[in-house]
Amino acid sequence: MNKTAKRLLRRAPKNILLSMISLFCVFPLFWVIVAATNKSVDILRGTLVPGGYLLENWKTLVSTYAIGPALLNSVKYSVVTTFVSLVVSSIAGYGFEIYHDKHKDHVFAGLMLTMMIPFTATMIPLYQMYSKLHLLDTTLGFILPSISSVFLIMLFRQNSRAFPMEIVEAARIDGENELGIFFKMYVPTMKATYAAGMTITFMNAWNNYMWAKLIMSDDTTQTFPMLVANMTSGHYIDYGQLMLAVLISTLPTVIVFFALQRSFVEGMTGAVKG
Amino acid sequence: MKKASVKMRQNMTGWVFVTPAVVLLIVLSIIPLVKAFLLSLQTGRGSNLTWAGLSNYVRMLQDPTFKQTIITTFEYMVFSVPIMIILGIILAVLLNDQMLKLKGIYRTCIFLPAAVSLVASAVIFRSLFAMDGFVNTVLVGMGILDTPYNFLGHPTSARIIIIIMRIWRWLGYQMIFFLAGLQNIDASMYEAAKIDGANKWQSFWRITLPMLKPMILFTTVMAINSALQVYDESVNLTNGGPGFSSMSLAHYVYNTSFVNVPNFGYSCAMGMLILLMAAIITFVQMKVGDKRE
Repeated sequence: MNKTAKRLLRRAPKNILLSMISLFCVFPLFWVIVAATNKSVDILRGTLVPGGYLLENWKTLVSTYAIGPALLNSVKYSVVTTFVSLVVSSIAGYGFEIYHDKHKDHVFAGLMLTMMIPFTATMIPLYQMYSKLHLLDTTLGFILPSISSVFLIMLFRQNSRAFPMEIVEAARIDGENELGIFFKMYVPTMKATYAAGMTITFMNAWNNYMWAKLIMSDDTTQTFPMLVANMTSGHYIDYGQLMLAVLISTLPTVIVFFALQRSFVEGMTGAVKG
Repeated sequence: MKKASVKMRQNMTGWVFVTPAVVLLIVLSIIPLVKAFLLSLQTGRGSNLTWAGLSNYVRMLQDPTFKQTIITTFEYMVFSVPIMIILGIILAVLLNDQMLKLKGIYRTCIFLPAAVSLVASAVIFRSLFAMDGFVNTVLVGMGILDTPYNFLGHPTSARIIIIIMRIWRWLGYQMIFFLAGLQNIDASMYEAAKIDGANKWQSFWRITLPMLKPMILFTTVMAINSALQVYDESVNLTNGGPGFSSMSLAHYVYNTSFVNVPNFGYSCAMGMLILLMAAIITFVQMKVGDKRE
């Protein structure tokens, strides 16, 4: 046996395990594509070949459900949440690290504790507050609980340690004000961290279901995942149409992740350096 | 004197920067928590509430549905979190090998489900395991089953499918955190260990695992917190059924307030219990995590 064959053999178990797990992870998604492009009858027959029925499924989907407004709502809620939350949380993370002192460290430790508070425990008082303040069925209502994210603050606080204080000092001598330093020096330097934060925040906002379901009671304000969930309530389920909707609901988060993948891992890596 | 005032001004700027985030957390997390605790001591329908002491907490002890949902929630946690974490570490270590071909493809495949929303994941698994779904079609077609099996109609299989779905959805997510953690381990540590005669297995136990410990602690706490709050899967995969057998605690809390006759007080009491469990588990994790140092 030559050397290459030996090496291949030694690597075989590893590759077999990885292939099997990859298959387990990808198969349900492959099936979604198969189902979205086939007739319901063929799907029920168990076909595993992508078909040519995509356009027809699309036509049934658009004619049965108002997917346009739901998609638009989801895009609006997620983009606004991501933007506002990144600004508020990153400036806080920066503040906690660059200007840190004993008091701020205590406050930060307190914030860490709030991470443990389950949303299930606070949603009822929040709901009551919302109905009093007329925040139900509003974009502001959707984004409010996600704006200040302890996870993001932590991510930016940790990554700020790698941000050289000399830059801050030099800019101060040049007469730059503190807010200017943050926006002109810090933000452009921390692209990877912003990419990581953006990926996680966008995914969470897009996929947020319980909160959306609770406060968006109107058909015109509902999100796309809510619409997908409602599609399964009938007795007869058109799998082609349903899986096309699932596919559409998944595309935005997949695209965001793959567009930012490289920076995502880099940004997360900086966060755990400690 | 001037220097001191500059320092003070910068210190103030720091407070200004952190204030919006801190205020939002106080208003939207801490105050609602206090209100939830007060609500948990009241009883009544809708907003017609009267003080009731601990009666909501006593009611929990006598509520069979509550007991069922809490057991189910624990099952979701116990059978999904360790598998996700251990398999996540193994995968991250395997994929961290620079020599491995196809590692980009493997990583992408394993991460993909994490980009799918929980609602969509639940709908996919519900369709795959339906009576007329793909799994039954294949099993009957291959002659393994004579008639389709009602996976979502039996308590045990319904819960197992929710657990499988959770592992499928979260495995790649955990793996990414561990991959990030592995990037921070200096390659020279492994070289030094190799010179000292350590094999790969020993390097894993002596270097990789201890260095990953903070990450493992963090991901475990996050995973447990998310398991205690399972909702989307319970609603969209099985709708809690059959009966209440696959209903999660969060699903029951939601229904108690927003589906059945609203009982905010009882819901909040159950919410407090979720908080208590999360706090205890996190505390134990931190203690255990610290000891090994």
